[in-house]
Amino acid sequence: MEQDTDIGGPRNRFPETHYSAILAARSEDGEVRQRAFETIVESYWKPAYKYIRIKWQASNEDAKDLTQGFFTTAIEKRYFDSYDPAIASFQTFIRTCLDRYVTNQRKSDQRLKRGGGIEHLSLDFGEAENELFQQHGVSELTPEDFFHREWVRSLFSLAIENLRRHYVEKGSEVYFRLFELYDLREDTQDDENKLSYASLADRFGLTSMDVTNYLAAARRQFRKLVLERLRELTANEAEYRREARELLGVEIK
Amino acid sequence: MKWVSDKGLKRLLSVAVDPDFGDTKYRILEEISSGGMGTVYLAEDIELGRQIAIKVLNATEASQDIAQRMVREAQIIARLEHPGIVPVHDVGTLPDGRVFYAMKLVRGGRLDEYAAVNDSLKDRLRKFQAVCDAVAFAHAHGVIHRDLKPPNIMIGSFGEVLVLDWGVAKTITSQPSAADDLEADTLRLPHNNVGDQLNQQSENTAPGTIVGTPNYMSPEQARGEIRRLDERSDVYSLGAILYFLLTNKTPRASENGSQPARPRELNSKISKAAEAVCLKAMAGSPDDRYASAKELAIDVVHLIDDEAVGAYRENIFERSLRWLNKNRFLVLLVLAYLLMRIFFIFTPRR
Repeated sequence: MEQDTDIGGPRNRFPETHYSAILAARSEDGEVRQRAFETIVESYWKPAYKYIRIKWQASNEDAKDLTQGFFTTAIEKRYFDSYDPAIASFQTFIRTCLDRYVTNQRKSDQRLKRGGGIEHLSLDFGEAENELFQQHGVSELTPEDFFHREWVRSLFSLAIENLRRHYVEKGSEVYFRLFELYDLREDTQDDENKLSYASLADRFGLTSMDVTNYLAAARRQFRKLVLERLRELTANEAEYRREARELLGVEIK
Repeated sequence: MKWVSDKGLKRLLSVAVDPDFGDTKYRILEEISSGGMGTVYLAEDIELGRQIAIKVLNATEASQDIAQRMVREAQIIARLEHPGIVPVHDVGTLPDGRVFYAMKLVRGGRLDEYAAVNDSLKDRLRKFQAVCDAVAFAHAHGVIHRDLKPPNIMIGSFGEVLVLDWGVAKTITSQPSAADDLEADTLRLPHNNVGDQLNQQSENTAPGTIVGTPNYMSPEQARGEIRRLDERSDVYSLGAILYFLLTNKTPRASENGSQPARPRELNSKISKAAEAVCLKAMAGSPDDRYASAKELAIDVVHLIDDEAVGAYRENIFERSLRWLNKNRFLVLLVLAYLLMRIFFIFTPRR
């Protein structure tokens, strides 16, 4: 049996909650199951959509239907019940399921006509399509690596949104603003107007040390949120540790 | 939801893996350099109110083997209390499992940067002698560095010379260890950067089982003969550093595998004695090299003082020339005296 964890050391900077959406998706309680599916879909729908577009060369309309179809079928037929973390990571499992689903759909040529019969999930495909358009170097990656990268992107995007909410709720938006300006900036190495802690301090009426401390706190919170999300998307402690190690290289104690 | 570009993703990944010193007495101020195994940060020791440097194991390298290697590096440096070796203050493990050690912050430049702005051969030799002394001290304590090269040597603001990056150092024992077996089995030639306080643009050193840097690595080290390595392997690297200081060129073997060009072919101003010292240190066979860094240092001191070196047998003409050169002030005085005497002898007296 997995030992209970004291994740992140004595001051609990890493998540203490052990909620797993993967396990909750097997619950007999419909409400619990629904919430779990929402968590899984929220994290995986964009990687799935882009993966179908790239690997399966599907048009955007077909990719939309296939993505919708995959997740609604997964929910209805309870695909995730058969997931075994001892065999592969959940990420690999979901990609394998997706490949099988698309293959079957194409083979049987029974794909549901656009909009027909699929219970629609509320997914912003336009946004996903725009993101795909902005991406470079896609052809240099294997489909598996591409899926993984998109999953990391999705995980981080959700963590950023959670970080924003966290600081808005605390009334400390300045932490998020600093994080957004400094760590989410898009400048290049040779950018003459490169941001510095001193320029941020001037801008927000803080000292450079304040900026250092606020950024450190925001990064710590960001890391915590990424790990929390990762915890939700893994079935047990062993898988969680493995994924955390693969993603961030950190050893969860 | 916020779109994260590929570049942003990379940055966030590094943000997510940034070391968290929240529970320690250290506060990270900024990154100094990053390499294959670890990243060095400028930090503040809050309790003592002083700036220090902290090396933290890279998250992506956080394997047990690498972590142990880094602890060993800190322990090795801590044993070597010498002005030419940066002192380690503390070693520890972060909540996320990464090992770190805190060391004295040294401001200055790398030896190759120093050489780029300092043409004086004597000055360069003095710095080199200090390197030999630090390495000889380590040898005397049973430690060989195994990755000596100009970017791993720092010249401080007050001219002090410090040998850095003991990450692949080895303790010499009479019995081969299990670690030797592991290294011999997993030897890889370098292809990625590793850094220390100031060697960001260093020549390449392999991460993982790191064993040195081509061009500065002894032939036996390059062949992966880990068990055969002793002080003379470092002597070879010191010879390669001397080669660089004499010629401003890295000693690169040619494509057909032949020896690097002789220093005097690259710089005709180099004395035959200096070339001989360099080539003796870089001899292909360890038996033909200086037996220790101390022996090499002695010959370097002789070079600085224009004295005969053990590596080169002078003929009578060269010896005389060197003597004249070394004592030219005295010779000039004697000549002047003799000329005056001749002048007085031949000057008619009243």
